[in-house]
Amino acid sequence: MNRLKRVLIIGATSAIAEQTARQLCAQGASLYCIGRNEQKLQAVLADLQIRSGTDQNISGISADLTDMSCHEELIAEAERALGGLDGVLIAHGSLPDQAACEQSVLLTMKEIELNALSVISLLTILANRFGQQQQGVLAVISSVAGDRGRQSNYVYGAAKGMVTLFMQGLRNRLAGRGVSVVTIKPGFVDTPMTAAFDKGGLLWAKPETIARGIIKSMRHGRDEVYLPWFWAGIMLIIRSIPERIFKRLSL
Amino acid sequence: MTGLSWNRIPQVQPQHRKWLSSQAELPDVLGSVSDNVLAYGNGRSYGDVCLTAGTQLMCRGLDRFIAFDKHNGILRCESGVTLAEVLALTAPQGWFLPCTPGTRYATVGGALANDVHGKNHHVAGSFGHHVRAFELLRSDGSRLECRPDFNTPFFAATVGGLGLTGLISWVELQLMPVSNEWMWAESVRFRNLEEFWALNVAAEAVSPYAVAWIDCLSEGKNQGRGILLTARHAGIQAELPVFREKPKQVPFDPPFSLVNRLSLTSFNALYYRQPTRPQGGLMHYVPYFYPLDAISDWNRIYGRRGFYQYQCVIPPEASAAAVAELLNAIARSGQGSFLAVLKTFGDRPAAGMLSFPRPGATLALDFPDKGEQTLRLFTELDAIVATAGGALYPAKDARMPASLFRSGFPHWERFSDFIDPAFSSHFRQRVML
Repeated sequence: MNRLKRVLIIGATSAIAEQTARQLCAQGASLYCIGRNEQKLQAVLADLQIRSGTDQNISGISADLTDMSCHEELIAEAERALGGLDGVLIAHGSLPDQAACEQSVLLTMKEIELNALSVISLLTILANRFGQQQQGVLAVISSVAGDRGRQSNYVYGAAKGMVTLFMQGLRNRLAGRGVSVVTIKPGFVDTPMTAAFDKGGLLWAKPETIARGIIKSMRHGRDEVYLPWFWAGIMLIIRSIPERIFKRLSL
Repeated sequence: MTGLSWNRIPQVQPQHRKWLSSQAELPDVLGSVSDNVLAYGNGRSYGDVCLTAGTQLMCRGLDRFIAFDKHNGILRCESGVTLAEVLALTAPQGWFLPCTPGTRYATVGGALANDVHGKNHHVAGSFGHHVRAFELLRSDGSRLECRPDFNTPFFAATVGGLGLTGLISWVELQLMPVSNEWMWAESVRFRNLEEFWALNVAAEAVSPYAVAWIDCLSEGKNQGRGILLTARHAGIQAELPVFREKPKQVPFDPPFSLVNRLSLTSFNALYYRQPTRPQGGLMHYVPYFYPLDAISDWNRIYGRRGFYQYQCVIPPEASAAAVAELLNAIARSGQGSFLAVLKTFGDRPAAGMLSFPRPGATLALDFPDKGEQTLRLFTELDAIVATAGGALYPAKDARMPASLFRSGFPHWERFSDFIDPAFSSHFRQRVML
């Protein structure tokens, strides 16, 4: 069972991360939150501070995570603020406009940079620190979209797939050193990021439900987790369709 | 279903929905919408005050606390925070909402826009009386901070303004101190309306909270029999009981209403005979204020067709006669609900131009939708209310005629000057245009 008393949340203004932060806060954790938009981050921090008990440390800083030169310093600052780290949740990202990406190399590269490369940069630094302290949990919000490339969002899918694969390697590397490496694969979640979709169906989950699953998975040191659970079944089917057939499907 | 009101009538769907999630984005959102815009909170009002065929701004994502002064009980929060979330934060720290409606799942913004009232209106007034400040965003890009003594006309127009004056982004509330989360609750049975009026005067003189449940089907010398529930916040206790919520659910939509003459008559007969507690006892604030919240989706018991709520207020001099007439008409029709509620309002001047609470008695009932038959009954009730000089509650209305709105809310024309040109609602189009 991993302890989650001091947690760094990267991308804290995203809906899933904010709900996770609130629940961790209710469970007595001290939090360091990093978000891109200063005004949004301050609103999240003020809210968490009001919700926290005495002796819980809630602080954070705004940063552009695609500027990877600052990652080392950001993580060092979080460690200083919390007096060490028990866990990290990397939750930042965007849902690219696939059609626009197809027309722009620049946009495609930017989306890959934000959704994959910046995560890998952070993980590389964190892996060394956690490997050294020989405990703790590194969790990343990847996606079911990373399990198989589909025409409707393969830029996002490729970025998430890269993260998932990187995490597999990292898990393998850190398995003997007491560090949990948790890949979270949410399905459809009702958040501002998915505002463009019609969210009528049963497949859509609330961010607070996903948040509960994330915390549980981090505490138990799970490996790869589909949230909600039934996505494991859906993706098993999706992955097992032969490419010969899959390429003709409009997914 | 997303974006409907609590009673599911009328089923108006907007052309667009925008999910709001932070204060930072609000100016951009307001800059990008054109007409028939309306804020939607948590869908706890009835009828169409929260519905528009244009753009619905979904405000539940604006759910952050902004500042809480624990020493003075002043809370500032975003408008999509629910009253349940407020109480979960403040009640354990000794601060309570000085005014709360019968559900804690309404949002703070919705409570302000409908100027909701509670069982303590006779001492505390309505929700708007406890609002220290709020911010109003208008479609012309202006941001107005409104207080009772600053931007006063916009304050008075927005409190009870049904969301038509613009988007309420945050609200600052003055809370009231309490010793703990418990109520000292008393209940006493009365045999008819006459007994109610006598008991109620005496109860309101000593109890901050008072409301009566009425058996709406009883007739003759039993007409208006019921139970008067009074309460006050409990003082310090040597030992507090433990309270655990046991949430229940209505798991599916029955194809027809489970509320019918048979179920209604037997429920009412049993409910009336429940053991009362004239000496009182401790009761946690959740079951006391929010008995229906314990059954999530209770609106489903009325079946897929939904239901109506009818809530009116009758001026003091006409109260006794008009309430008797209303109950006569309802009993004759055989329609009605498990929970018919009767209470008197105090005489504190209204906080808003379109506020519903005013001196007099207010009667509220649910009715399963039986089509023509139900609407005919309402027309009959409307006539009694209009003759008595009363009004219907917009937050619970799906069908009142424009004439009754205009006679019940004489300031509506002055109010119209404050409506944001980009904002409108299905309700407004029904009664104000």
